Amino acid sequence: MVWYILRRVLQVIPVFLGATLLIYFMVFALPGDPIAALGGDRGLNPAVADAIRSRYHLDEPFIVQYFYYLQGIFTGNLGTTFSGQPVSEILARTLPVTFRLAIIAIVIEAVAGILIGLIAGLRKNGAFDTVSLLFSLVLISMPIFVLAFLAQFVFAIQLGWARTTVSGEAPFSELILPAFVLAFFVVANVIRLTRTSVIENLDADFVRTATAKGLSRPRIIRVHVLRNSLIPVVTLIGTDFGLLIVGATVTEGIFNVPGVGNTLFKAILLSEAPTVVSFVTVFVIVYLISNLLVDILYAFLDPRIRYGK
Amino acid sequence: MESNQSSPSPLSETHFVASLDETPLQATDSVAEDSKPSNLYIDAWRDARRRPLFWISGVFIVLVIVVSVFPGLFTQIDPRLCDLGLSNNGASAAHILGTTKQGCDVYARIIFGTSTSLTVGIVATVINTSIGVIFGALGGFFGRWVDAILSRIGDIFFAIPYFLAAVVIMSVFVQYRNVFVIALAIGAFSWPGTARILRGQVLSVKNADYVTSATALGVGRLTILWRHVLPNSIAPVIVVTTIGLAGAIVAEATLSFLGVGLPPSVMSWGNDISTAQRDLRNNPMTLVWPSIALTSTVLAFVVMGEVIRDALDPKARARR
Amino acid sequence: MSQPILTDPMDQHRIGAPLLEIRDLQVAFATQGGMVPAVNGVSLTLLQGETLAIVGESGSGKTTTALSVIKLLPGSAQITGGSILFDGVDLTTLSEKELQKVRGKQIGFVPQDPMSNLNPVWRIGFQVEETLVANGKATRGQDARAKAIAVLEQAGLSDAAERMRQYPHQFSGGMRQRVLIGIGLSSTPKLLIADEPTSALDVTVQRVILDHLAKLTAESGTSVLFITHDLGLAAERAQKLVVMYKGRVVEAGPSIELLQNPQHPYTKRLVAAAPSLASQRLQHSSTSVSGADLRGDDGVDVDLVATAEDRAARAKKSLTAPPAVQVENLTKVFQISSGKLRSEPFTAVDSVSFSIAKGTTTALVGESGSGKSTVARLVLKLDEPTSGRIVVDGRDLADTRGKDLLALRRRMQPVFQDPFGSLDPLYNIGATIAEPLRAHRVGDRHEQRARVLELLDQVSLPKQLVDRYPNELSGGQRQRVAIARALALKPDIVVLDEAVSALDVLVQAQILALLGELQSELDLTYLFITHDLAVVRLIADNVCVMRKGKIVEAASTSEVFDNPREQYTQELLAAIPGAGIKLGA
Repeated sequence: MVWYILRRVLQVIPVFLGATLLIYFMVFALPGDPIAALGGDRGLNPAVADAIRSRYHLDEPFIVQYFYYLQGIFTGNLGTTFSGQPVSEILARTLPVTFRLAIIAIVIEAVAGILIGLIAGLRKNGAFDTVSLLFSLVLISMPIFVLAFLAQFVFAIQLGWARTTVSGEAPFSELILPAFVLAFFVVANVIRLTRTSVIENLDADFVRTATAKGLSRPRIIRVHVLRNSLIPVVTLIGTDFGLLIVGATVTEGIFNVPGVGNTLFKAILLSEAPTVVSFVTVFVIVYLISNLLVDILYAFLDPRIRYGK
Repeated sequence: MESNQSSPSPLSETHFVASLDETPLQATDSVAEDSKPSNLYIDAWRDARRRPLFWISGVFIVLVIVVSVFPGLFTQIDPRLCDLGLSNNGASAAHILGTTKQGCDVYARIIFGTSTSLTVGIVATVINTSIGVIFGALGGFFGRWVDAILSRIGDIFFAIPYFLAAVVIMSVFVQYRNVFVIALAIGAFSWPGTARILRGQVLSVKNADYVTSATALGVGRLTILWRHVLPNSIAPVIVVTTIGLAGAIVAEATLSFLGVGLPPSVMSWGNDISTAQRDLRNNPMTLVWPSIALTSTVLAFVVMGEVIRDALDPKARARR
Repeated sequence: MSQPILTDPMDQHRIGAPLLEIRDLQVAFATQGGMVPAVNGVSLTLLQGETLAIVGESGSGKTTTALSVIKLLPGSAQITGGSILFDGVDLTTLSEKELQKVRGKQIGFVPQDPMSNLNPVWRIGFQVEETLVANGKATRGQDARAKAIAVLEQAGLSDAAERMRQYPHQFSGGMRQRVLIGIGLSSTPKLLIADEPTSALDVTVQRVILDHLAKLTAESGTSVLFITHDLGLAAERAQKLVVMYKGRVVEAGPSIELLQNPQHPYTKRLVAAAPSLASQRLQHSSTSVSGADLRGDDGVDVDLVATAEDRAARAKKSLTAPPAVQVENLTKVFQISSGKLRSEPFTAVDSVSFSIAKGTTTALVGESGSGKSTVARLVLKLDEPTSGRIVVDGRDLADTRGKDLLALRRRMQPVFQDPFGSLDPLYNIGATIAEPLRAHRVGDRHEQRARVLELLDQVSLPKQLVDRYPNELSGGQRQRVAIARALALKPDIVVLDEAVSALDVLVQAQILALLGELQSELDLTYLFITHDLAVVRLIADNVCVMRKGKIVEAASTSEVFDNPREQYTQELLAAIPGAGIKLGA
């Protein structure tokens, strides 16, 4: 187990270096000019452009720039936005909000997805299964912003159950609607995978043996079918984290949740390329860490990995 | 009809023998000579064509393709000819889905926006699949250092969710925002998923005895990969390709919605939805129609992917 | 329909009253084309304390019959008629809840594949304990734990207390099967259903486990319903046999009686084809059942004894022929990852030497992990040896490259075990057989086509198969196609890696006969890799017994069988199912 975790952690390091280098390469070495891009369609005063170039070390060789950037990541100095706020300060303020939103969304996703998938799998080809299949296919097909607007329009504007936008403190009650939107954006895959693995496990030899042992049906479902089906589902929830980041960016933007996603959303709208890069870097780090955690969790769920050769 | 024969040995118990009439003997291992040829892909086609969902989504996809190539067949109205006097009008005989705030015809804009979505979807998928198949097939088949290098490169690209990568690229490439750059941005970062799936398949197929037999015949490695291994491991890639095409369409719309996709001058469903959101309270229908067009197109590809997945998986077919 | 009476009043006091009576059982499977019967009017009676074996090939309905008893059938199957009386209660009428009380508690079950029948995510102890608790044999906690340890100890698992904490993947196949037997017997049921309990295990392990099972059930007076495809094994382990064929019982009666005096033509076929019994008959040449008797009326049957006797006569003269394959001090070391950051060397083949005379068959026999298949791969130059020499027709394999290697490959072709993996599912039969011709650019399209048809004829397959795909063929037919492909380039040497192991006995006998015919017709040299000593006796001229990478004994077939010198060879011989039955005594 220790070896397994150690190996996983060691594997993350080159991937992290490669990924950050890749981001940096995309921004500063490709033919597009991020500084020229700042001015949008009007263009930028050459003096201002030079000032910004030297602030971001753009006048130095590429690899040196990369090390400045890497150094920034490790010292928590992720640069400042154009309005002069340090990115790290913004992160300190906004990350907890996004974290809260993501946790609520993941809980909704896991509970709803596993429950619906389990029932659909147990009653394969029944009415519930068919409805859940249609429901999840429509959800998969719906872009997050359509989903968000739909929810905003129906629940906030028409029904008046929630506010269209979240207030500055982002209290739990106001996060529920955006969290549901976020959860529904990713829940369909969980439903589909739970259903498939429940059906597969119901057919498994060890479930037949459990029946022959004289166990009751509910116990077989709980201990032998559901428990085994959770292994791939947990992995999926982990790898869908990337999707969740995308969803959070759009959802927070639309509902004006004061989180990291919203800040990225605004930076994109304002075309602040260096800020966008900083936040994308943060998201990539979060994504790598979450994947690492899922790998470790996976080992806890599956003894074949934990005690593997 | 049974006969109880007593056995020659006096001490033994009853010896039952069924009559030959009831249990006629057939030739051992006889061949069914009247069946039609069938293999994975033939069976999949037979299975898929029996399912209504295949035809519904298939017809819709064909319709989307026809609309993209010949938008003029579906509307006489010029989507760019907007009349501010018609701002936010409801549905009428002239404008069957109403008009936008700028007074443009909603229906015409949807028709002319179709090719944008489809082009991005197809180009991004071609890029994704080409890189994914090359990396996955070579890595899985040759193993060792080839695999180690290709897999690590895949890990690095996989670590950056393709949507975020596209956001970065599109933020930098302000001057170059067009259909092909956006497709490249999406395709260039979504291939590791394809590569991983194919690699897994190749790893299991390459140990099959028919691959070993071909090796023992002296067939070259690349020929074996091309003739035996790829055809037998590509099925899941066909599925993810179809669903990935839907994903690329969604990604383009989302990027356009965020303002880092296509410039407003390009007609695209994402741009239309983005414009319409400012008027959500007054005229929600201008947001709803392009959303429906977008969602149903994506749905058609997703459903097609699911039908193909079921058809290509004999286990799933048996489960139904 | 009248019922066959299997009980004899005289035996009542010795064995006991009927425990299980299946009467006219009908089971059907729902398919797209409607209900297809799988079991058709099966009746049998099992007495208390008795072991009864149902024997049949795959698709005979033997497993379906057994699973019907405790309704473990898959969802698409349905009991459509008949009754199953267990201790006076008709099990077919019970509700799911009532059945739950019968399962485990009164009727235990030992499944076929030890690899897939234990849940991989739970500890062994947990899986035994939950059985005891569910059947009211223990209360949760310390009590269950103590009793579970006792169950595992009784099942013959050493260090039971330690083993409780381990997971199934940390166990070998034999150990897992012991656990499953322990679970099946944990609540001292009156009846144990054992569905091919050892078919996935090595023969020596099979023997030990079945001996142990017999001891346990004899002690507790448990009746056993034993399902197997192996007639020899069935006769050795059960007092009574029920032979099934296409969903029906064709013959039933006391084991020895059935073997010595089979009446139904199907039973005769089975007795003639079972390698273990055939090798028995060879042993005792004064057998009561001669080969001629067993030959069916339709002429398609084969008698293995006759085939093997042919061989023996022919072999005498060819043993002096020059060697086609010479293997000297062959060694192969693999690097195995040890779970940490390093890898460890593992010697799969350890200085193995043998040679095969032209036109003869040498068998490499061994259990799983003996290295026999690695030798096959090395001879085929699919892997490079770590050291040692392989000489084929005077040429050292190591020095053969490029054009020469291609020429050499033409002369040496493999046939593999798995009939489902040996043919590319996307190539039709014609393309599969023609592949060697295309790869070596032999002839034009028309000539290749003609050669394919000729080869199909040679392996007795109809030429209509040319444009079919492998999934439409049975295992035996696929293996014929694989043989045809191997023969396409007219090789001199064929490496058969477990080529008949996955086949039903009758089909296996046909393929063995085909191989024999082809050998004498085309003067082929065979390297025959197998785990099954009984088959070896029927096909090989020389035998090399392998164990843990080394050859422990090498001699002519008759010497190895009549006069085994090494203890391991003796164990293997003794473990051949049915070896203990005196057919002609």
